[in-house]
Order: sequence, then structure tokens, then C-alpha cells
Amino acid sequence: MAGPIVYRTRRNVLHMAALAAATSVIAPSLSKADSKAVEAEIKKLYDGKAMSEGRIKLDVPQIAENGLVVPITVDVESPMTEQNYVKAVHVYADGNPLPGVLTFRFSPLSGRASASTRMRLAQTQNIVAVAEMSDGSLFTTKAEVKVTIGGCGG
Amino acid sequence: MISRRHFLHATAAAHALAVASGLGPLGRAAAQQRLSEQDILRFEPLGQVTILHVTDIHAQLMPLYFREPSINLGVGPAKGKPPHLTDQAFRDHFKVGGGTAEAHALTADDFTQLARTYGRMGGMDRVARLISAVRAERGADKVLLLDGGDTWQGSWTALQTRGDDMVQVMNALGVEAMTSHWEFTYGEDRVKELAEKSKAAFLAQNVRDNEWQEAVFEPRKTFEKGGAKIAVIGQAFPRTPIANPRWMIPKWEFGLREEDIQKQVDEARAEGADVVILLSHNGFDVDAKLATRVNGIDVILTAHTHDAMPGVVTAGRTILVASGSHGKFISRLDLDIRDKKVSGYRYKLLPVFSDAITPDPSMAGLIDAIRKPFAAELAQEIGRTESLLFRRGNFNGTFDDLIAQAMLAERDAEIALTPGFRWGATLLPGDPITFDAIANATAITYPACYRMEMTGAQLKDVLEDVADNIFHPDPYFQGGGDMVRVGGVGYAIDVSAPMGRRISDLTLLKTGRPLEASKAYTVAGWASVNQGTQGPPIWDVVKSHVARHKTIRIEPNAAVKVTGA
Repeated sequence: MAGPIVYRTRRNVLHMAALAAATSVIAPSLSKADSKAVEAEIKKLYDGKAMSEGRIKLDVPQIAENGLVVPITVDVESPMTEQNYVKAVHVYADGNPLPGVLTFRFSPLSGRASASTRMRLAQTQNIVAVAEMSDGSLFTTKAEVKVTIGGCGG
Repeated sequence: MISRRHFLHATAAAHALAVASGLGPLGRAAAQQRLSEQDILRFEPLGQVTILHVTDIHAQLMPLYFREPSINLGVGPAKGKPPHLTDQAFRDHFKVGGGTAEAHALTADDFTQLARTYGRMGGMDRVARLISAVRAERGADKVLLLDGGDTWQGSWTALQTRGDDMVQVMNALGVEAMTSHWEFTYGEDRVKELAEKSKAAFLAQNVRDNEWQEAVFEPRKTFEKGGAKIAVIGQAFPRTPIANPRWMIPKWEFGLREEDIQKQVDEARAEGADVVILLSHNGFDVDAKLATRVNGIDVILTAHTHDAMPGVVTAGRTILVASGSHGKFISRLDLDIRDKKVSGYRYKLLPVFSDAITPDPSMAGLIDAIRKPFAAELAQEIGRTESLLFRRGNFNGTFDDLIAQAMLAERDAEIALTPGFRWGATLLPGDPITFDAIANATAITYPACYRMEMTGAQLKDVLEDVADNIFHPDPYFQGGGDMVRVGGVGYAIDVSAPMGRRISDLTLLKTGRPLEASKAYTVAGWASVNQGTQGPPIWDVVKSHVARHKTIRIEPNAAVKVTGA
């Protein structure tokens, strides 16, 4: 067998894990698990400020292998300089009893606005990410994760 | 090279799929006749390289009958297109004459009659003979033999030797690379052990350890054949931990990992590959979509959905091959490579008609040796069937009806659930039901036949969930397999409706009354993916039911009403 192929280095993963652990500040709390209502509530949290699509790469599986530990990676396009960087990424799961799942906080010293962790999802739902930029602008994206009991294969 | 004349454009498809058809000389020679070994092997060689592909053998060492589906619905972009064609529509599309040997091999209608005319198919000694013949004709150094997986599971000998018998057989066959799905149901340690013992490279770019996200298996391997460099990327079944017990492979993660396939293709090209092959266990529709999204794959050898097509499908520059299952077929694909590109190809699906092919003596000897310790057990005649017992079909199969009836009776349940597996041999009316035959439909490593209470609402949820895994219009959400079979209950299904709204009119057949959402019913089932499931193994349940009745007769099943197809 050939050596393992790794696209993300161990050091990187450790770094991300440490970062995720360090950000214990949870996204502002919401409590309604309804897709439309959650979307409206998220808008309110940011004073109804305009949110642009794009810049965030939200990597979640289309189908969760295990709803208890669903991997999530966010990666925001940014030069990460003192003048222009990503301050934070907030993640919401619109089907969770408490949709605010986590917040990753960054500084120019982060070098890259990228982080990974795992979250628990009980059912099929949308994951919404909101990135706060240093100039106060907001970016958002969403992706659906299907949580299934399966079905037996060929 | 396939000429323009040989191209039949499927439609102006969303996927831009086109179909190249024709059985070549075989189709014309064969009308109403048995084929000879020469007819089966006849092929005008092309280019420098021959790819041979076998897949989804499901541990079937011996010749068997295997009825293809009469209902195989495609949804979304796949609707009405190959491989989602059956019977007359299939024969019309691929120019197969009714009543011919090929019609018997590839379609379901008139199955019993044609089976009596043309005999069994498959048998690994026959497969070995054909492969040796192609190697001899072409030159062994020009032939690459690949296995798409679902090889180590599906028979009593495979279960008892925990896959070892199939590794011996495939080693003897000279398989050079394989990928995997049901293999994983032997658990992490055993899979690693057998992957070591296997002479075939065990390739799976999409299996990662879930702590470090490192590749568990070699993602790809390059072979030199006929002076060309052929890169083979392995793709295991992406949904293994959902469709099969995750607890058996707790440290491994799967998934489609499309971007990583692209990286593998790009790396292979950068290393000078002339040809890039994806040896896939994704399932046909998933691969048809993937071919339009990943650049630079020359050939996708598809598997999992058990489709057998006597012609390739193309999507852009990518050729998709579907080689059937159970050792019924071998795909031969000759490639003409010029300037590091596939400039032409020729394809034939070789049907393995057991009666026409001389068994390879050394493989026959190995099979005898493997089966000998179990011979008495396997040969045990439990009963006989008066009906055709088959499995394939989107909603039911008579063999599954038998399993469901056995569970209802032996486990004293109101409702029975039996999985929509696509593997398992067919029995003809009048055939003995041996223990071998029962095991061929049930031999898995998580066989417990449970008995539990489930409400009407829970049952509907299960059916909705499984239906979404089959009829989701986006192939990337399809898991392969067929609808879970339900004993004791009838229902209506609108396959074109969205998730949660496909299933209606759930009726308890015994009383003719609607299933009540909040009422609890006694349900028996098997193949639960949950750890610690209790109950007797399903083969014992079926065995005692058949032994009690001796003669099995299955009436046509009209309990599922299908719309939206």
C-alpha cells in the first residue's frame, strides 16, 4: 500500500481543532427550529443589514454518515490583513432546537479564515454560515445536510 | 472505433448522455439459437489495450439463474433512459431480438421459458475460461482485469470463510485491482487482512480514517499494458456507513468526495497516464452525473446498481460501462490510444452462458475444494417451489415475498420488512429450495431477525426515507438498492412526489383497514444496521418456514400501487 494521501496536513487539522475549541462564544441564541423563521431571526440578529452571497466555502456532507458527528469546514476568501480580514463566522442549523451552533473567531494573525469541527444534527436541515468582515460587511451561504436512516444497497 | 452509425442518441439529454449500442455479430448470429463459446468470445480487437471488468459477483461461485428486473424506474434526468429500460423497451433500445439468448440474459419477461432453453449463467470456472481465452488471443500483457466490488459477500461459503473463498478465487483469476462495498461488512480488521491477502490492489480513494482524514487504502494505481500507462482510481460505495452497519467500520468515513476524484485524475495525468479509469461502486446514475462534473476520466466502470447493458453510455469524453452482476457477464473494452488520448474504443458485454462454456479445470477444482467442507449442508433440500422466485424489481420480488411470509409466520408478526437487496439467485418453478439457495438470498454478517413494535407513523417514515434514497431526482442522493419490501401491508407510492409525500394508503392487508398512525403494530425484519439487534438468523427463519410447508407457491403481489413513473 502506498503512503497515505493527505490533503490537509495534521498540523493544520490540530490548529483548526484548537481554534474551534477556543471559541466558546456561541452564536447569538435562537430557539425556533423552523427554516423560514430561523432565517428571519438571523437577519434580526444583524439588525437587518444586507448580507451578500459568496466568499464563504461551506463544506458539509450532502448526506450525513452519522448525525451525531457531522463534519463542517468553513473557509472564507480574504487577504487577512490588518485592513481587511474576517472577524468571525457564525454557524446556524435551522432544524436544531437551538439553531446557533458555533462561532469561529479570527484575527489577521490567523493567516487564513478557515476552520473545521463537528456538530450534531438530529434531522435533515439547512446549515447557514454568516461571515462578519472587518469592514462590517456580512456574507452568507447555506447548505442542506440530509440525515437519513438509510436504505439497503445493491 | 465506434462509427457514427452505431450511435443512438438517447435524447437531447440534460446530462448529454449518448448511447452506443449493438451486440455486434453476436446479436445477429444468435436469434433463437444457443451460443457457442466462439460466438461469445468473437471480437475484432482494437488498439493496444483490453480492459476486462467484472463486478457485483456476490460470491456466486456456481452457475445460476438471475432474472433482471421488470420494473427499474429512473427519476429526474435518468427517466426512461438506459439503464432504466426493461423488457421490450430495453430490447428495442439495444436492438436485441425477442426470445434470443441475449434477451434471456438481459430482460425479464418470459424468463422461465427462456431459462429452460438457454440454461444457467455465470460460474467462476466459466468466467475463468473466458478471461484466459481473451488473454491468450490478445496477449496477457495487453489485458487489465478489474473488479468493481461486492465480490466477497453473498453466499454461505463466503460468510463461513469470512470472504476468504472469494479472495482465493479472484487471486486465481488474476484480478489486478478492485474496489468495494459489501466487503466492508466483515469489519475493519478483516477487510484489512483480506486486502493484504488479495493480489488485487484494494483501491478506495474515498475511505478516510475519521480522526486524521488520512486515506485508509491506496487511492489509485498505475498499470502498464500494451505500452500504455493506465491509471485506475478506486471509488468504494460512498454510502456504506448509511446503508450497512456503521458500527462494523467505526473508524472509517466514506462519501462521494468528487473534488478528491478530480485531484486523483489531475495527479494521474501529471504523472503521464495515457488513460484514466474510475473503478467505481457509486451506482450507474451517480456515475452518469459524476462524469459531467469531473474532467478527464476516460472510462467509468460502474457497479452497485447491477445494471447490465450491451452497449456503453457516453457523457462528454467519458465512457460508462455497466457489466451486470452475479458473474453473468464480463465486459470487454478495447482502447486505441494515440497521443496520450483514447482515440477509439470497441465494447462488448460477454454473456457467460454456462452450458456453452467449458469450465476452466483449475478454477473448477478450487471451487470444489472451497465448497467441499460445506457440501452436505448446502445440498440439503428444504422444500420445493412451484413459483419463479426472483428478487430484482423496484417494489417487490417473489423471493422477498417468501422471506416476508416466513417472518410473518415464524415470528408471529403483523408486518414484515425485508430489505431491497439486488443480489440473490433466482429459482425456477419446480426447483428444489436448498439451504444453498436460501443462503444465496440471506447470507450477511448482520442476519438477526428482530421483532419489535412500530407505530403506523413510524412505518410510514421508514418507507418515505427509503423511497427518497431511491427516487430522489438528484442521483447524488440515491443510495442504490430497491424499495424495502413490506409483508402484511399494502401502500401507494407516487415516485415523482417530494420526500415525505410519496407514500399513502397504508393498509393492513389482513383486515383491509388503513394503518393507524398512532397504533403500535408488531413488526419483524432483518438486516438492521443497529448494533445489538436480537433474533434468530434470517436463514433459519426462512428454512423453518419452507420446511413446514414443503411446497412454496407465491401469488402475484399487487400490494404496492405505483404512480408518477
